[in-house]
Amino acid sequence: MGAALNWSGLLSQLLEIALAVLGAPLLTGWVNQCRAWLQNKSAPPLLLPYRTLHKLFNKESVVATHASPLFRATPYVVFGCMALACAVVPSLSTDLPLASAADAIALVGLFAVARVFIALGAFDIGTAFGTLGARREMLVGFLAEPALLMVLFTSFLISGSTSLATIVENLAGRELAIYPALAFAGVAFTMVSLAENARVPVDNPATHLELTMIHEAMILEYSGRHLALIEWAASLKLFAYSCIGLALFFPWGVARAGAPLDLFLALPVLIVKLALGGALLALIETASAKMRIFRVPEFLAGAFLLAVIGMLVHLLLGA
Amino acid sequence: MSTLASQLINLFAALLLLLAFAMLSQRRVLSLVHLFTLQGAALVASTSVMAYATDQPHLYFSAALTLVLKVLLLPWLLHRLIQRLAVRWDVEPLLNIPTTMLVGIVLVIFAFTLAAPISALSASVARSTLGIALACVLLSFMMMITRAKAIPQVIGFLALENGLLFAATSATYGMPMVVELGIALDVLVGMVILGVFMFQIREQFDSLDISHLEKLKED
Amino acid sequence: MTALLLTLGVPLLGGLVLALFGHRDRALELNAGFSFATFLASAALTIQIIATGPILVLGKQFFVDPLNVLLVALTAFVAFNTALFSRPYMRVERDRGKMTPGRMRLYHSMFQLFSFTMLLALLTNNMGILWVAMEAATLATVLLVSVYRTPASLEAAWKYFILCGVGIAQALFGTILLYLAAERVLGSGGGGLLWTNLEQVKQQLEPTVLSLAFVFMLVGYGTKVGLVPLHNWLPDAHAEGPTPISAVLSGLLLNVALYAVLRCKVLTDGALANRFAGDLMVGFGLLSVVVAAFFLSRQKDVKRMFAYSSIEHMGLMTFAFGMGGPIASFAGLLHMTAHSLIKSAIFFTVGHAAQKAGTQVMDEIRGLVRVNPTVGWGLMLGTMAILGMPPFGIFASEFLILTTAMREFPWTTPFLLIALGVAFAAVFGRVLPMVFGETSVRPLAHPPAIIPVFVHVGLGLMLGLYIPPYLNTWYQQAVRLIGG
Repeated sequence: MGAALNWSGLLSQLLEIALAVLGAPLLTGWVNQCRAWLQNKSAPPLLLPYRTLHKLFNKESVVATHASPLFRATPYVVFGCMALACAVVPSLSTDLPLASAADAIALVGLFAVARVFIALGAFDIGTAFGTLGARREMLVGFLAEPALLMVLFTSFLISGSTSLATIVENLAGRELAIYPALAFAGVAFTMVSLAENARVPVDNPATHLELTMIHEAMILEYSGRHLALIEWAASLKLFAYSCIGLALFFPWGVARAGAPLDLFLALPVLIVKLALGGALLALIETASAKMRIFRVPEFLAGAFLLAVIGMLVHLLLGA
Repeated sequence: MSTLASQLINLFAALLLLLAFAMLSQRRVLSLVHLFTLQGAALVASTSVMAYATDQPHLYFSAALTLVLKVLLLPWLLHRLIQRLAVRWDVEPLLNIPTTMLVGIVLVIFAFTLAAPISALSASVARSTLGIALACVLLSFMMMITRAKAIPQVIGFLALENGLLFAATSATYGMPMVVELGIALDVLVGMVILGVFMFQIREQFDSLDISHLEKLKED
Repeated sequence: MTALLLTLGVPLLGGLVLALFGHRDRALELNAGFSFATFLASAALTIQIIATGPILVLGKQFFVDPLNVLLVALTAFVAFNTALFSRPYMRVERDRGKMTPGRMRLYHSMFQLFSFTMLLALLTNNMGILWVAMEAATLATVLLVSVYRTPASLEAAWKYFILCGVGIAQALFGTILLYLAAERVLGSGGGGLLWTNLEQVKQQLEPTVLSLAFVFMLVGYGTKVGLVPLHNWLPDAHAEGPTPISAVLSGLLLNVALYAVLRCKVLTDGALANRFAGDLMVGFGLLSVVVAAFFLSRQKDVKRMFAYSSIEHMGLMTFAFGMGGPIASFAGLLHMTAHSLIKSAIFFTVGHAAQKAGTQVMDEIRGLVRVNPTVGWGLMLGTMAILGMPPFGIFASEFLILTTAMREFPWTTPFLLIALGVAFAAVFGRVLPMVFGETSVRPLAHPPAIIPVFVHVGLGLMLGLYIPPYLNTWYQQAVRLIGG
């Protein structure tokens, strides 16, 4: 079901990409601020991520002498994947020309591509910490992907399609009802996004101890514009996951096809939802302690099984 | 029978299942007791909704009984027991936790298939939840089998009773009051006896590890 | 009706009274007194039922028919004799310091409460109350199994509690399913759990639900009967608790659990109109007989050995009731009665023997007939009776069971015969040196309880030789109720 390339669709698509690319660091800054408030520290300024990116872009990028072209290409590939992912997820509107090209499973594939590249980039230089981080990242990804797919399957079963846009339209169109299956899937999805976005309790993004790093360890070798792109891509990943979560579980307020003026409503609604989501993330991060690495499989197995229960409950109860 | 009530019952049923799984994967004993209390609360809520939806006043009594027993009295007894026994465990179960949970999923599927033809026959509005009740029962069994310490086994036993009570309310219109009172009395007395028991075990072995209690084997 | 109330009220009162006064020296006599009163009340009830027929009283909550009144009388009788036996036995235990005043109070009150729960389970019409009473019976005895506070007894009591608790939870699920099927026919309200109501509408109960309910109830109550593979608690509980408790567990609890299974079987047979329930019982029974016989031969502790013998006999009874038909059901009932009497007699003598020798290990008990001829001969006769030697009652029932099996399930007969043979050889081979042989133990301070032993064995003998006509009619009526 391909939406015709009309001006409203094009507008909403461009608006979404722009919002994602420009707004993702703001989301990261907001989460950091909430965390600081909850921990009773003085908060960094909200726009700090932008200043960091600006600083990094103006610095020289230093690359190891025996780095392969893969190492240089990785930041661009990763950024591209994340930006595309944000474009596909219907955060503002379901009338997206690109949406018909990618359904939710392809989305998971996009994230997988990014993960593979960043892991390979970490291996590329051959440092100890890079390899360590890459192996851990692959472990987490290996366990998180099935869980994510199960969550998506639950939504598919309820809505009857794998296209995120259709799911959003379907779910938003129904009257308000309690779906226990979605509740299970929601909890599972939260656990998976914590793991994938390298947040406490799986990985501490603010740590400086290399032995406890997962995500940070892989990007130790990047500097300058490369590092800037990768940091930006990480913010985009968080943004994308938040929007997927909102699309699957709280899809109200998204503009429909054929109602372009709803975009004006959709934008503030999205901002409010993302702000709430960010605050919730900060709360979870503050209330949890980082797990030891060998407990991570249990955590993700729990997420997987919650998602499976959600599916089973839906099949049994029809709810 | 409004759909809101049936949705709420489905929600509570799902919550019960979730809590049963959470108990299966929990390591710390205090969190087990808290989860058990939550399970009792979910059961109370579900019974009250059933009572309201089907207009059966004796279910209100049943809900009140469950509240007093499973949410207030038993958790208090368990807390006191844990305090006096000075228990601070990080329980290592027999199987590791991911395997336990995978087996749990298989049990849930088994329970659902088993209950499907029977739920079709029930006249109760919550009939589709019989499968969930049976699943909770099987998961509590599993919890009792895979734990090697006394208190998690006891909590598994009590969670089993929760699952059975839920099955009673979901499959039928609730058991007759006299039977419910009898069951409640049994559970209470059982708890008291278990408490006494644990002190005896501790006195004898200086620990509450059930693996000490495996000397009487067939030779 | 007064007889019924007295039968239930006296042990309940006894439990409360003895909870307060159980540590006094005369409490042992008081215990026997309460049990005697219960026995008188149950005898009166029995006479009334045999004369006038079944009664349904107290808002249909209590139902007494020839099947359960027979068991009520048996229960009260065996309980009374066990109370008589526990007089010298407990006196010796107290003198040796194994029973403190607090434990004596616990023992006495729980003994009476246990009788109460057994009688309640037998007399109630409500399947839910039946469940509650069975669970209460476990609770009443669990602290008694661990009363000596040794590691082994704690383990036995824990296993008993957990395994029986888990088992009986399954029986509860079965009861819930039964109620589910009943509600469709009888409507909601308490009527759906009353056995008499269910018995009238049993053809209309939904077959799928009933078959699943029966499976759960068989597994659940079957744990308390001691059917293999759910029997793990039984040898430990018998071996580690005080001997009077072993006697009542073997003689009474197993019977009442089997009674519960029987009530369910009647309903299931009516609903399913095929042999599903019977076949299941035949299977479990056969398995129990064979497995128990083989484990029996490897035991070193005398009480464990006889516990396995109980499992074997309960398996045989389940097998008989599973086969169904008038002869097999009659044989089953006869076996229930005789086993109850003789097994408790054996436990009485074994208790005294173990006290004398100071140990339960069979290799260390010798020459009973020299030290105390009555105990020695009591054990010898009891063993011969339980092994199925003619002319005792067990022989008659085993003979009837085997002949019916040869007719209906011919492939099972070699298994049964081999199992019975193995058990015979093992038990006889162990008991013979225990009774005869050289020894140097001294007699006990208090003379052993002789009368209960010989009364029981005598009754067992009588059942084998001659069944009095009223007993015969009694059995026939009960058999008809089982649907034989």
